[in-house]
Amino acid sequence: MTPNPRGDPRGDSGRDPGADRAAIHDLLAEYGALLDGEKYDEWLDLFAAECRYNVVPRENYDRGLPAALIFCDSRAMLEDRIRALREANKFNIHKDRHLIGLPRIIGSHADGLEPGDLEIEAPFAVYQTDQEGETRLFATGLYRDRLAVGHGSPRIRDKLILLDTFAVPSLLATPL
Amino acid sequence: MVNAAIWPALDYSRVPYRLYHDAEIYEREQERIFRGPVWSFLGLEAEIPNPGDFRATWVGDTPVIVNRDEKGALRAFVNRCAHRGALVRRELSGNAERHICLYHQWCYGLDGSLNAIPFRRGIRGKGGMGPDFDMAAHALSPLQVGTINGAVFGTLADDAEPLEDYLGAPVIAQLQRLFDRPVRVLGYNRQRIRGNWKLYAENTRDNYHASLLHEFLVTFGLDRSTQVGGVRMDRRHRHSITWAEAGSDDDELVRQAYGGAGVRNDYLSLQEPDLVAFQPEHGDRLNVAITSVFPTSVFVQISNSLAVRQIRSRGVDEVEVFQTVFGYEDDPPEMTRHRLRQANLIGPAGLVSMEDGEAIEVTHRATRPDPLRTTIIELGGGGVISDRDYRVHDVPLRGFWSYYAELLGIEPEGAVR
Repeated sequence: MTPNPRGDPRGDSGRDPGADRAAIHDLLAEYGALLDGEKYDEWLDLFAAECRYNVVPRENYDRGLPAALIFCDSRAMLEDRIRALREANKFNIHKDRHLIGLPRIIGSHADGLEPGDLEIEAPFAVYQTDQEGETRLFATGLYRDRLAVGHGSPRIRDKLILLDTFAVPSLLATPL
Repeated sequence: MVNAAIWPALDYSRVPYRLYHDAEIYEREQERIFRGPVWSFLGLEAEIPNPGDFRATWVGDTPVIVNRDEKGALRAFVNRCAHRGALVRRELSGNAERHICLYHQWCYGLDGSLNAIPFRRGIRGKGGMGPDFDMAAHALSPLQVGTINGAVFGTLADDAEPLEDYLGAPVIAQLQRLFDRPVRVLGYNRQRIRGNWKLYAENTRDNYHASLLHEFLVTFGLDRSTQVGGVRMDRRHRHSITWAEAGSDDDELVRQAYGGAGVRNDYLSLQEPDLVAFQPEHGDRLNVAITSVFPTSVFVQISNSLAVRQIRSRGVDEVEVFQTVFGYEDDPPEMTRHRLRQANLIGPAGLVSMEDGEAIEVTHRATRPDPLRTTIIELGGGGVISDRDYRVHDVPLRGFWSYYAELLGIEPEGAVR
C-alpha cells in the first residue's frame, strides 16, 4: 500500500480521493459562477448551516492581527450581509468575474478534522468590469476553506479569504 | 496661479470644482498644508511599545518614520536619505537598532542622526568624503512630535503652534474620551478611492449625507438624523466633532422626518442584532462620535467600532484611506469579538461606509470638466460658521475651506472664519 502523500492526505477508510477532488472542483466552480451571476441566495446555499466567512487583509494576517474587512462568524451574519447588499448598500455598478485556481488539499481527518471534512487552499483573482466595459483587476488572494465533503453535496464550513490586494480599489461590496 | 478671487462666496458656501482637479493647487497644498503648520496623526504609541520599534507612514506625499529611540522616547523624521534621497526604511513596521539606506548604506540612529558612511575615509587614503563633510548637519529631517493619550501627532513645520493649541479643548476632550485606557490594535484596512483627498475630508464633516447615502444606518436603526446630536468645532472651525446620542428619537418622528425623502426605515431587522447593538463604554450615551482633525486625521466611534483614519493624498486624482481598528487592552474576549463583528460597519467593505468610495468617485469624475462651476454648501444656512445642535447640516465643510483658504494664502478679505 502506498503511503498518503501530502496533498492527498486521506484518513477516511473507503473514501475515493478522485471523487473528493471532483466534488471540490465542482464546488469551487459553482461558487465562482453563482457570485458572477449575482445569484446570492444560491451562493449562500453552498455554505453549511453553521459556517464562517471572513475576508482578512494580508497586512493583518501576517502580523497576527484579527480585524477583517468582512467578518461573519455565523450563517446569520452572512445572510444579513447579503440582505444589506440587496436592500441598503449602494456601490459601484459592475460585474464580477472570478478566476479560481487549482485547489490543493492541505488537511483531512488524518490532521484532526472531522471525518469527511477537508481543508483546501485555492488562489483566486476577481476582475471587475464597469458599465462601459472597462475591466480592472479588483482582488487577488487565497481561499483557505474547510469543506464538508463526505456528507452528500459538499458544503463550506469555514471560508477564510486572505486578501493580497488589501489596498481595496474603490470599495468591497459583492463577495469575493 | 490660484488666488482669493477663486471664491464666489465669502462664507465658503460655493467651492469651485477646480480645487479638486488642479495639479498646481495640489502642489501648493503639499507645501502650505502638509509641509506647513498642521499636525497630522502618525500612529498610536501602542503600535511601537518598545525601543527600536518603528512604523512607516505618510504626511501628505512625504514619507515619514516614527520610532522609539533607545530610551523609549518617540521620534519621527522624514524617511529619506540625506545622501541621494532614497527611502531609508522600506518596511512598514518592525524593530531595529538603526536605519540603513540600502543604496549606499548610510546609517542613521533611532534619533535620526547620521552615524556612519561607508568608505567615509576612502580606501588606502584614496576616495571617500571630503574632510569638512559635517555628519551632524545631515541627519534625517526631524518632525516635531506630540501625543494625546497615546495618539501620536507630528508636524513638518518649525513654526506650528503647540499641538494642544492646534487641536483645541473640544477635540482634546474627544481624544481623551476615546483613548481613556490603553488600546490594543486589532488591525488595519485600506481603501483607494479615485478622487481628490479633499472630497474625503469633506465627507467626514458632512452630517447631511450620513443617513441618506448610508441607508443601512436608517434601515437597521443604527443611526438616524432624528437622534439628538450635532456638531462641535474648535475656535478656528478647522476641526469637527460629529456626535449623536443612542436611543434619543422614536419611530414616529423618524417616519415623519424621512417620509418625504423616500428613505425606507426599519422594515428590515437583522438576524444577528449584535452587529448594531450599542454597549455604552465611555460614561455617556454617544453612539456616534466622529472627530475630524484638519487636514486628514479622523477619529471614529460608530457604536462599539473604534478606529483612526489617515486620509492619504496620492496625487490630485486618488486618495487612500488608511484605517487603524482598535479596542482596549482590558477588553474581555467577548468584547473583542463584538468589536470584530462591528468592524463590519466601517472600512472599504463597511456596511455604513462603503458608499463613500462610490460617492467620491462619481463626484470626482463629474466635476472634472468645469473648473469654474461650484458645489453648494448651504445645509444649515450660509453665513456664520458655528456649532449646531441638530444633524441635518454641512456647516463644518465651510470651516474646513475657511482654514484651507488661510493656509493656501487665498483667503478673501471679509471672509468668514
